[in-house]
Amino acid sequence: MSEKEVKNTWAERSRSLEEIFEARIARDEKIEPKDWMPEKYRQTHIRQISQHAHSEVVGMLPEGNWITRAPSLRRKAALLAKIQDEAGHGLYLYSACETLGISRDELYEQLHSGKAKYSSIFNYPTITWADMGAIGWLVDGAAIINQVPLCNTSFGPYARAMVRVCKEESFHQRQGYEIMLTLCRGSEEQKAMAQDALNRWWWPSLMMLGPTDAESVHTEQSMKWKLKRKSNDELRQQFIDQTVPQADILGITMPDPDLKWNEKTGHYDFGEIDWEEFWQVVKGHGPCNKERMTARINAWNNGEWVRDAAMAHAEKNANKKVAKAS
Amino acid sequence: MSVKKKNWPLWEIFVRSKNGLEHRHFGSLHAADAEMAMENARDVYTRRNEGVSIWVVESKNITASNPAENGEMFEPAQDKVYRHPTFYHLPDEVKHM
Repeated sequence: MSEKEVKNTWAERSRSLEEIFEARIARDEKIEPKDWMPEKYRQTHIRQISQHAHSEVVGMLPEGNWITRAPSLRRKAALLAKIQDEAGHGLYLYSACETLGISRDELYEQLHSGKAKYSSIFNYPTITWADMGAIGWLVDGAAIINQVPLCNTSFGPYARAMVRVCKEESFHQRQGYEIMLTLCRGSEEQKAMAQDALNRWWWPSLMMLGPTDAESVHTEQSMKWKLKRKSNDELRQQFIDQTVPQADILGITMPDPDLKWNEKTGHYDFGEIDWEEFWQVVKGHGPCNKERMTARINAWNNGEWVRDAAMAHAEKNANKKVAKAS
Repeated sequence: MSVKKKNWPLWEIFVRSKNGLEHRHFGSLHAADAEMAMENARDVYTRRNEGVSIWVVESKNITASNPAENGEMFEPAQDKVYRHPTFYHLPDEVKHM
C-alpha cells in the first residue's frame, strides 16, 4: 500500500456512515435497498413513493366514471388501457416502496386512515366527457414533467420504476390531447365543452406541481438526496411554457387574464394561484375527497372475501400436492 | 459402499453489475444450500468484479411460462395498438408530447 492509499483508508474510517452516504449521493451513485441509509432517507422515500403509488390508484377513479359512457369503442378501449396502466403503475410503485421495509397492508392502512396523501387533483369531479381529454392533456402532462426527472433519482428501485412508468405513459397525454382536438374541431357545443374542461382543470393542474418553493417544506432535503431534481416552481414554469402553445393550437384559452409571454425572461408570466383552495383540498375539503376515500375503502373491504378465497384455494392445492406425494 | 447422498440442488444466480441497475440472470450452479450457492456464485460469476450484489434462488422455486404456450399467453397484447403513442394522431406543430 502506498502512503497515499494508507492515508485514504484512514480518512474513510474516520468518516461517519452518514458522511459516506451523502458523498455517494453527491457522486450520483445509486442507493439500493440493502445499502445503509439514514432513517430519514428511508422515511422520506416511503412517504414520497407511497404518495405517488396512492395517486396512481386513486387517479383511476375520476376516469373510471366515464368508461361506460365513452363516445366510441375506440375511445373506450383507449380509456380502459390508460386506467389499466395506472393500476400497473401503482403496483410498480408499491413494490418499490416495500423494498424499504414497509408492508403493502401498512401502506393501504396509511391511505385509508388519511395519514398518507395522494395528489390533490383527483379530488375534483369529472362531469363531462371533455374532462377525459383535459385530464390526459393537463394532468398527465404535469405528471410527466414531474416524473421524467425522477427516472434519475438516487433510490434505485424508484428510479427503475419511473423509467417504466414514463415509457408506458407516453400515450396517456396524446390520447387526452386527441380528445381535446376532436372536440375543438367539432360543433360549437363541443368546443365549448372543451373550453369548460380547460377552465376547470387548468388551475388544479398548476397546483398539482406542489406548493411554491418558499412554502415547500421538503424541497431542500429532497434536492440534496436527488429525490427531486427541479423545484416545484421550476417544474410549474416548464409546464406552463410548453402547454400554452398547445392550447393555442386547440384554439381555446387558459382561464388566466394575467397569462402573457414575457420576451425578457423567455417564459410566460401567469396570475396568482389560489393556494387557499389547494390547502383546503389537501386537508380533505375538496369536492370529492370523501367520495374517493369511500370508494377505496369499500374496494378494500368488499374485496376481502376474494383475497381470502384465493388464499384458501392455494392452501387447498398445496395440501393436495402434499397428500399425493406422501 | 455408502448409500448415495442426494444430489445438490440447482440454484439460479442473479447479479447486479452496479447500483442503479437491476439484478440480471447470470447463470446457475449446484450447491448444497443457499450459503454455499452464494459463495460459489461469487467465485464463478464475479471473479472479475462483475457485480456489487448477488441473489441466489433455488431453481425449483421459479415458476416459468411454457414457450409452447406462447400463443395463448402473449396473443392478447398483440391487437391492442391503442396502448402505443403512435396510435394517436396529432398535428406536427404540437410540441413536447
